[in-house]
Amino acid sequence: MLAYMSLPIFSTSEDPGPSLPNLLKKLGMGPSYDAVNSSGSGELDITHGTTVVAARYDGGVVMAGDRRATSGNLISYRTMQKVFPADKWSGVAIAGAAGPAIEMVRMFQLQLEHYEKVEGNSLSLEGKANQLSQMVRAHLPAAMQGMVVVPLFAGYDRRRAKGRLFAYDVTGGRYEEGEYMASGSGSLHAKTVIKLGRRNATTKDDVVNLLIKALFNAADDDSATGGPDSMRGIYPIVATISAEGYVQLEEEDIAARFEDVIAELTLDEEEIK
Amino acid sequence: MNMPFYVPPEQVMKDRADYAQKGIARGRSLVAAEFSEGIVLCAENPSRNLRKISEIYDRIGFAGVGRYNEYDQLRIAGIRHADTKGYNYSRDDVDSQTLANQYAQMLGQIFTHEMKPLEVEILVAEVGFIADNDRLFHIRYDGSVTDEDDFVALGGDAEAILERLGTNSMKSANLQECIKTLVAALAGPDRELPPEQLEVAVIDRLDDGRCFRRIENGEIATLLG
Repeated sequence: MLAYMSLPIFSTSEDPGPSLPNLLKKLGMGPSYDAVNSSGSGELDITHGTTVVAARYDGGVVMAGDRRATSGNLISYRTMQKVFPADKWSGVAIAGAAGPAIEMVRMFQLQLEHYEKVEGNSLSLEGKANQLSQMVRAHLPAAMQGMVVVPLFAGYDRRRAKGRLFAYDVTGGRYEEGEYMASGSGSLHAKTVIKLGRRNATTKDDVVNLLIKALFNAADDDSATGGPDSMRGIYPIVATISAEGYVQLEEEDIAARFEDVIAELTLDEEEIK
Repeated sequence: MNMPFYVPPEQVMKDRADYAQKGIARGRSLVAAEFSEGIVLCAENPSRNLRKISEIYDRIGFAGVGRYNEYDQLRIAGIRHADTKGYNYSRDDVDSQTLANQYAQMLGQIFTHEMKPLEVEILVAEVGFIADNDRLFHIRYDGSVTDEDDFVALGGDAEAILERLGTNSMKSANLQECIKTLVAALAGPDRELPPEQLEVAVIDRLDDGRCFRRIENGEIATLLG
């Protein structure tokens, strides 16, 4: 109907609907990793973010992630954020190539907001999980070149009044997890800790402590995962998502919980002696 | 081949303006005002689903009167403009002035070049970090823009509403006082507007994040007392 005059207006057959990625594609602005395909071996030391974990409790979900980013054997960044609010009722945690992962989170956050404004309602939790799945799938060519991004998505499903948790694989495969999930290089250690401890963790507080313990152990055994850094005052990020929405825990609170974990472990060591 | 009749351009423009004004006058009106904590937008709208007022960006709201499909298309274009700009630059770089200019360009272009002008009047409102930086841009069907201070009325009854509001600024009023005044001006002396007939939204002067929020029926009823 109307010509394009820097206000993006489309004919009905060309309209991208409430999708921001489609809109950006139409305008030629979307993120592109096409150049990667021609770069040869692809053996660059790309900055990587590492361990993120998430687990459900009765009233919602807890997400946590360490702060370390590595390039090869070097620590490239000590304060990376890997757990983000996706919107008021959901959060996303990322592991993998840091640059594309942060771009993916940004695009995901903007897409949820864009949809909400255009349509007047927000997407269902499952709709959000599927949107992220499409973004991971679209990223597959770059993942094949070594820039793998594997997010975790969690949120509070207001229609069903419960927390839900989704894991992904590099192809965009989406798996709803019943209890807990971890992603990234330290995920094996973290998952073991959660698996062993989850029976005794029922309340939100217990689950927060369990995830903190899981991250501590991941950092203990995986060089790419950062532990609590009391010297610089850098601690993993922990957030809860419940009927009250996405809430990030205070740094002092997290620091105190890490001290408890360390005190407990120190006690164990003394008992052995 | 028949030669088309000569029609003077004055006549063409007048006919188009009359056509657009008639279309706009068929719909119900809308008012917006700056108050102590931000900007209130208040429309007479019996529908819960076909909205006149909407969020564009963090500090920017949109309101339209006239033909729903036309202002809704402008609303979505505005959201797309703001979201792509924020994505390409930063959230701080999205401003109401650019958006108002874009709308004006577009409405002006359509008014002079298309078969039919758009039968809409729109408002772009932005809440500043300080009250002095609040903006109310009123854009008409022909692309003319006015930068209003204090308050603005859109639609067929705009003149009558502005007369009822007089010259009293609501800049120091609280939300309740402001909404009461606006609803009274919207209704006029001969009738009362119940909450179900109203669509109200506020752009709060917050420090950051999304400042737009709708005020639902229950809350409107409480505020109107």
